[in-house]
Amino acid sequence: MKIRKRTFGLALYCGLLMLPIYWMLNMSLRTNADILGHFAFYPKDATLMNYINIFTDKAWYSGYINSIIYVSINTLISLATALPAAYAFSRYRFLGDKHMFFWLLTNRMAPAAVFALPFFQLYSTVALIDTHIAVALAHCLFNVPLAVWILEGFMSGIPREIDETAFIDGYGFPRFFVTIFIPLIRAGVGVTAFFCFMFSWVELLFARTLTTTNAKPIAATMTRTVSATGLDWGLLAAAGVLTIVPGALVIWFVRNHLAKGFALGRV
Amino acid sequence: MEKWASNKAWFLVLPVFVIVAFSAILPLMTVVNYSVQDIFGPGQSVFVGTEFFKQVLADSRLHEALLRQFLFSALVLLIEIPLGVLIALAMPRKGVWVSACLVTLALPLLIPWNVIGTIWIIFTRPDIGLLGSTINHLGLAFDHTASPMDAWVTVMLMEVWHWTPLVVLLAYAGLRSIPEAYYQAAKIDGASSWAIFRYIQLPKMRGVLTIAVLLRFMDSFLIYAEPFVLTGGGPGNATTFLSIYLVKIALGQFDLGPAAAFSIIYFLIILLFSFIFYQALQNVGKGGRS
Repeated sequence: MKIRKRTFGLALYCGLLMLPIYWMLNMSLRTNADILGHFAFYPKDATLMNYINIFTDKAWYSGYINSIIYVSINTLISLATALPAAYAFSRYRFLGDKHMFFWLLTNRMAPAAVFALPFFQLYSTVALIDTHIAVALAHCLFNVPLAVWILEGFMSGIPREIDETAFIDGYGFPRFFVTIFIPLIRAGVGVTAFFCFMFSWVELLFARTLTTTNAKPIAATMTRTVSATGLDWGLLAAAGVLTIVPGALVIWFVRNHLAKGFALGRV
Repeated sequence: MEKWASNKAWFLVLPVFVIVAFSAILPLMTVVNYSVQDIFGPGQSVFVGTEFFKQVLADSRLHEALLRQFLFSALVLLIEIPLGVLIALAMPRKGVWVSACLVTLALPLLIPWNVIGTIWIIFTRPDIGLLGSTINHLGLAFDHTASPMDAWVTVMLMEVWHWTPLVVLLAYAGLRSIPEAYYQAAKIDGASSWAIFRYIQLPKMRGVLTIAVLLRFMDSFLIYAEPFVLTGGGPGNATTFLSIYLVKIALGQFDLGPAAAFSIIYFLIILLFSFIFYQALQNVGKGGRS
């Protein structure tokens, strides 16, 4: 009886979670006149007009491509640099380790609002403005510390006897790290990649400041087009629905990995 | 357990240090530079010392924004952490529904922040929104653009909707790390479900809950895009949180000096509170274990 009440509560919560997203989907399938004309719980004359508009206009669809490029670069950089660092923090005691760890975390707390302008100047100086790599590097400010933090937790769960045995067996550090250690924490790597993707995909302020046309993210395209065309709710909703799609795909692909990752976290 | 002592480990940390230093230390130096000098143009500046800091600290609108921000972050932690733990406890431990639940929960986290604001405008507008028009049909006046109270309720609802899933996912990860044997032992001892929660599940979740509290505090304290899109900080200044006020000064009025001084103070507040939370949660965990 108690189990059923729990399940009911969980189902209710998931339903409420989906409601605002459903409402946007509903709006995206209707024309603007229809939306403002009358209230409806579901689209009576569903139209794909809003989506066709987005897919045929380069100003719209290039935004999606740009976002995906810089998010992917950022995830790769974050993982590549954070893996060895997290290993160092979980296994070794070294000069200034605790301070270093806390300093890394403080970078997640920096107010993005005023960092935006110095960032613009910095990346102008090194001629990286309006490139995907600039946004990817800027997002490292909060993603690398987070990646170190999460990976360190996963690595500390692996007993150090495994490292010692491997070293006694004659493994060098790089070979041990890549062929034995990383496979052991692959669930943690998956979870970390998911978090890096997530925080880079949703960030707007840096991405908008550091780009003008060539690398402009979809979220910035949305804010500008709204002011140019007035409020076309249908088009806005369709663009919003499309920003959910890459995220939903990523979750779908890692879903077993995530579930398994959490299960493996019991070492 | 004792860690190996070796300063060679620095070589492993070096790439992270370089990449974060490039993005953090150089801009931070610029911000400090702005905060103590009045800059008229390239090469023309006057050293003003702590004048901008005094000006910012005396700003009554800043005090209001700061109070509002503390209230907001406190409410966020009070609602999201218990709710998140509760939902994580209700989640199935295995089976086909696990994946379905995880995918559903993670979805709001992967929506760009300004789109979150857009979703909630569409959802709560009195004319076209499901929530807005439903409440109005029930006979209650609800309009987040006119009433400060309604604006707060809407922003809180949006925030809880948006971020509780993160707490759930982290808490769930912590729960999954508890070996089945613990539950069996508890069953043999005839432990109540409260005792299981208090002495097995809660201590095991200490690590992930520390992360959850810190992340939720930092991010709710820095909140910008969602309320900016939803309410624009209004009506009046009712939902003008610190970041919104900061951007108003920095990019709206282009007062870089006060804005830089402001952001340093802002940064220090977050640093202080995160440190306190971090220490407190570490100690609470140790007390519970002994």
